[in-house]
Amino acid sequence: MIEVDRVTDKPPVTPNLSTQVAERDVARPDVPREAVFALEGVQVCYGDVPAVAGVSFELYKNQITAFIGPSGCGKSTLIRCLNRMNDLIPSASIRGKVLYHGVDLYADGVDPVQVRKRIGMVFQKPNPFPKSIYDNVAFGPRVLGMKDDMDDIVERSLRKAALWDEVKDRLKTNAFGMSGGQQQRLCIARALAIEPDVILMDEPASALDPISTSAIEDLMLELVGQYSIVIVTHNMQQAARVSDRTAFFNVDLDGGRRVGRLVEYAETEKIFTNPDDERTKEYVTGKFG
Amino acid sequence: MSAAATDVATTGARARGGAAIDPASRSDRVRGGLFRALLLSCILVSAGMLVTLLLDVGLDGAKKLSFDFLTNSSSFNPDISGIYPALIGTLWLMGLCILFIVPVGVAAAVYLEEYADDTKWWNRLIEVNIQNLAAVPSIVYGILGLAFIVRGPVDVFGLGQGDPIVLAGALTLGLLVLPVVIIAAREAIRAVPPSIREGSLALGATPWQTIWKQVLPASVPGIATGVILALSRAIGETAPLIVIGTASFVAFAPSGPDSIYTAMPIQIFEWISRPQPEFQQLAAAGILVLMVVLLLMNSVAIWLRNKYESKW
Repeated sequence: MIEVDRVTDKPPVTPNLSTQVAERDVARPDVPREAVFALEGVQVCYGDVPAVAGVSFELYKNQITAFIGPSGCGKSTLIRCLNRMNDLIPSASIRGKVLYHGVDLYADGVDPVQVRKRIGMVFQKPNPFPKSIYDNVAFGPRVLGMKDDMDDIVERSLRKAALWDEVKDRLKTNAFGMSGGQQQRLCIARALAIEPDVILMDEPASALDPISTSAIEDLMLELVGQYSIVIVTHNMQQAARVSDRTAFFNVDLDGGRRVGRLVEYAETEKIFTNPDDERTKEYVTGKFG
Repeated sequence: MSAAATDVATTGARARGGAAIDPASRSDRVRGGLFRALLLSCILVSAGMLVTLLLDVGLDGAKKLSFDFLTNSSSFNPDISGIYPALIGTLWLMGLCILFIVPVGVAAAVYLEEYADDTKWWNRLIEVNIQNLAAVPSIVYGILGLAFIVRGPVDVFGLGQGDPIVLAGALTLGLLVLPVVIIAAREAIRAVPPSIREGSLALGATPWQTIWKQVLPASVPGIATGVILALSRAIGETAPLIVIGTASFVAFAPSGPDSIYTAMPIQIFEWISRPQPEFQQLAAAGILVLMVVLLLMNSVAIWLRNKYESKW
């Protein structure tokens, strides 16, 4: 519980959690939202085998969008398309359009390095660099040649990730000495340090204990005021707790091959209380998956 | 053991009635003991050889081993003959060799691990070639060095003018151990988890920045260990140096990369080939010095590995 309390009891840096959620609730309905991502008929293949196909939807600014679905439904594959991390897998190929603020990320001449500067990512397993806490956060700003005072950037990022108070006295110690939950928040701080527009989180809490998970979720709710967040999660309660909109993916048997497809995409409340599709209903009520 | 597990165990014992576990059978014990003895005898054969060799060399060499032996030049008079020029020549060889194999070996390893597309036949050909090169007899490298580095088109940039200079020897030994360095560096680079690369790239670092600032620093211990082990092989090599014409009698230590030189294995070889027993003792003393240098290098490798061992 200690970590949770630390995250929420910090009014000067981060506004009180409940008020922030309330503000978002007020701002949510009726207003036409600005789309951060617009996907049009996206299909991703590994070699000749499609992993996910026919995905078209829009993800909105300053919202948390959750991708849920059973294993193998392509949700991790899809989130890795949003900052071109799939480029690292030689066999992966993508069809369709991934528009980011109207720009196709896969158009000729788009540099994946420039894409990743704007769209940060936090991975399933905490992956701190084998360096000090300070150097972990400073790595991004340094390679991008950011001009601000480095100490300021590090402090600001660690405060945003609700980690500053825990590590301010040991910034120069190795990041491997931290707990798993702290390491994951360090990875979030590291992503925030380069001042991205979007943060992608691929099952960020799946390797963490419930208390650390809760800390990460609170953190996401605080960050969404400034950033757009996309999260892949296996944990439906987590999706229900934190997200504004939820996309449910399922595995279709397509001529003997298993292909992930987007089944339903709507406001989280609707997905979890009154989904249109029978498969969504079965999944969120725990009948399969 | 937890309480629950103990419960299960005792319940199982009761169900069988009487003794919970049968005693080991006699034949199992005998066979186990024989197998153990066989393994031990294999160890003793190799360890025994080493001890015999060390004792033999040690007893012979101890008579000649002294501070003067380290600081004197080779001479026709065995009483004042020393290993100084050869020792310094070997250190020159190793130093220049490092300057050659570290950048070339690491760069080749980075290419093969981070850039080469394994599905292309030429990359697979290079890989197979490097593994084969590591097994080519060293004398073949000597012939290569003689033809291309000492006399041939390379001729160490005209420095040597056909003479066997230190730089030519170092490059020949470098070529010989380069495959070892490349293989060790590749393993070290491969041991860096992909999550580190992903983490770096996801922060907007370029592939080059990722390699230079994350992958290479994390693989330094492995690379350093590989380089030192490669040098341990190079330091004892005699055949390629003989083939490229390394002088066996040099009274002065080399003064630069373009000096004539001799090396410890050559000096030892030269002493051994003389009939007088005193020169045999000199050779034994030379072997001891060579082994001490080798041992020091290996200690540095182990120290490096333990100090910077990464704990992923």
